Amino acid sequence: MATTTGSTSANPKVNYKYRRNKARQEMRAHVTSFAMMIFLTLIAFIMVMSGFDKYYVFPVLLLLAGIQVVLQLYYFMHMSHKGHGAVALFLYSGALVALIVIITFMTIVWW
Amino acid sequence: MSTVVQKKGFFPVLWDYLTTVDHKKIAILYLISGGFFFLVGGLEAMVIRIQLAVPDSNFVSAGLYNEILTMHGTTMIFLAAMPLLFAFMNAVVPLQIGARDVAFPFLNSLGFWLFFFGGIFLNLSWFLGGAPDAGWTSYASLSLASEGHGIDFYVLGLQISGAGTLIAGINFLVTIINMRAPGMTYMRMPLFTWSTFVASALILFAFPPLTVGLFLMLFDRMFGANFFDHTMGGNTIIWEHLFWIFGHPEVYILILPAFGIFSEIFATFSRKRLFGYSAMVFATVLIGFLGFMVWVHHMFTVGLGPTANAIFAVATMAIAVPTGVKIFNWMLTMWGGSIKFTTPMLYAVAFIPSFVAGGVTGVMLAVAAADYQYHDTYFVVAHFHYVIIGGVVLGLLAGTHFYWPKMFGTMLNETLGKVTFWLFLIGFHLTFFIQHFLGLMGMPRRIWKYLPNQGLEVGNAISTVGAFFMAAGVLVLIYNIIITQVRNERVGNDPWGDGRTLEWAIASPPPFYNFKQLPLVRGLDPYWIEKMEGNDRMTPAEPIGDIHMPNNSFIPFVMSLGLFIAAFGAMYQVDWRASDGAEYGWAIPVLVIGMLITIGSMAVRSLKDDHGYHVHKEDLEKDDEEGGRL
Ligand code: HEM
Ligand SMILES: [Cu+2]
Repeated sequence: MATTTGSTSANPKVNYKYRRNKARQEMRAHVTSFAMMIFLTLIAFIMVMSGFDKYYVFPVLLLLAGIQVVLQLYYFMHMSHKGHGAVALFLYSGALVALIVIITFMTIVWW
Repeated sequence: MSTVVQKKGFFPVLWDYLTTVDHKKIAILYLISGGFFFLVGGLEAMVIRIQLAVPDSNFVSAGLYNEILTMHGTTMIFLAAMPLLFAFMNAVVPLQIGARDVAFPFLNSLGFWLFFFGGIFLNLSWFLGGAPDAGWTSYASLSLASEGHGIDFYVLGLQISGAGTLIAGINFLVTIINMRAPGMTYMRMPLFTWSTFVASALILFAFPPLTVGLFLMLFDRMFGANFFDHTMGGNTIIWEHLFWIFGHPEVYILILPAFGIFSEIFATFSRKRLFGYSAMVFATVLIGFLGFMVWVHHMFTVGLGPTANAIFAVATMAIAVPTGVKIFNWMLTMWGGSIKFTTPMLYAVAFIPSFVAGGVTGVMLAVAAADYQYHDTYFVVAHFHYVIIGGVVLGLLAGTHFYWPKMFGTMLNETLGKVTFWLFLIGFHLTFFIQHFLGLMGMPRRIWKYLPNQGLEVGNAISTVGAFFMAAGVLVLIYNIIITQVRNERVGNDPWGDGRTLEWAIASPPPFYNFKQLPLVRGLDPYWIEKMEGNDRMTPAEPIGDIHMPNNSFIPFVMSLGLFIAAFGAMYQVDWRASDGAEYGWAIPVLVIGMLITIGSMAVRSLKDDHGYHVHKEDLEKDDEEGGRL
């Protein structure tokens, strides 16, 4: 017990130093991904404002949006942490089902 | 005993059920209300069959026939089959995984009350100007043209009860992921738990499209939008897509839990481990997945073109493969087993050929080119009754007999059970087998009357006779239930003597906290394993300690009641606007008041802390000495 004095954790088994280290790493990941997201948003704005062809802009915008969603989920909504297997499974199967529906509509239903 | 009060008398019991958050009591609520709606839907079915018994009949008028037909289908799917399945899921799944309750007991109760009020709302249409009359599929071109408030009742009622279903589905997902007892790995979960898990995932993904569809329909009908009106730039086919993107997974939401119940019964009464357990799990998941890729098979004749039809035809036929895997595994479970033909087992054995017949016609319908011939005839009616009655309803009846002792602590009479079985089975095949041929002879589906001398008389007469057999079977079941409860002969924890899974390891019905100590699970069929090693109970995985329990709450009832009230406002504001404010002045206030009740009770729930209470260790120990009467 004595070794864990100073820990803010409810779990005394988790070492203070280790937790600090972990928190610092996480902070770095947060900041990095935050910077990347701002950068991506900038690209999006510039792309639209400089008037590129819309058949070029649309797919790239969608791609950038997709990347942002992933960053958001993994670095800010903790999907990179352990124990999120079920969450990921449901997220991806939901996305897959939605994707199938969209593809169906775009290709064979309303081509 | 301060925490536990034995309540007596009618009103205390009623209050207890109105406020309960206990999964076992919610199961009973689902069973009673689902059973009630099953009888209502059954009555409607009898009217349909009486009308069609003879040619050119005038038992009911054309308009009333449409209403009865629509309400029969809608009631049976949404208000009878689904809640009855939820009854068994609630009663059994937490016990099977060794949990003390579901993950969110409050939400469990909310899910029930939403379903209940939605169902009541839908059925009040009978007394308030006429029921919906555009079929349970409520295709937009038909339903937008329907006069009166029938379709509005359909839209609002299903919206409310659909929210309840979605909540219940999410609750089971979280429960099964998080609340399994020590040692209960995914691949040790009983098949009923597995199928509940997959069905809940299907609910999670399938109900939102229905919600969206109903919302669009609601705006089209009640607030002047034109999503489905092609004369105003809308598209009526969108409703069909949304409905069937929901609708096909829905039929698997119904059948998978029934498969689960049968899997338990086959293993129990063959007194053998389920054959090919991992293949069964895989097939269940695969069926759930493929279920999302076949919705267009309901729309082959819409004219989406040969490419769409061909792809969806092949995808549909693919589902027959995992289904076949399951059929063979059940048969191989019986193979070499020491079979006991109890009532549940009779249902299970009869289910196999009945359901296979439905699957075969399914594959026939999946041949897109041939479906142009079958579509909208009695052939389709025969198909889906073979899968739904031969699969789901037989499963529900089997489950009723199988799990009755666990839910109520009494055993339904086996002789009467077998009488019900034979009456129902014979009646079912009499009613629906002949309908295949009526369909092939060209009798259209959803038809009010037919003319004499077209060769349709004999078939229809036979079909009606069969329906009376089924009704007789149900009456015997009701009689059985009544005498069983009146006699009230209590049974022990494993009344069938061959229980394999955890629910049979504790008392019938279980104490309100389920497991005094969470059990340690040492493999598939954990209770069987302990019995084979000569133990009469499960090895506990924890010392006796305080048990944390949720408090009862009246809030779910009030929250659902609010939506129920608001729905009337939403509906009659149409007339208020149509009359330029001259009449129905109360509509908007009622809408607002209803919403305020719901939002207010949500606020109370969020702001007021409710930490539940503890059943103390001392009480549990004392209880042991007194013979477990807590
Ligand atoms: C081998 C598996 C199955 C196949 C290949 C299959 C195929 C089909 C097809 C192609 C139709 C459309 C027929 C038409 O309208 O022309 C249909 C209708 C229907 N099926 Fe199935 N099916 C299968 C299993 C099931 C199951 C398990 C259920 C329910 C438990 C079910 C319930 C229904 C219902 C309710 C309809 C009619 C919907 C309506 O128009 O009101 N089917 N099936
Ligand atoms: Cu289907």
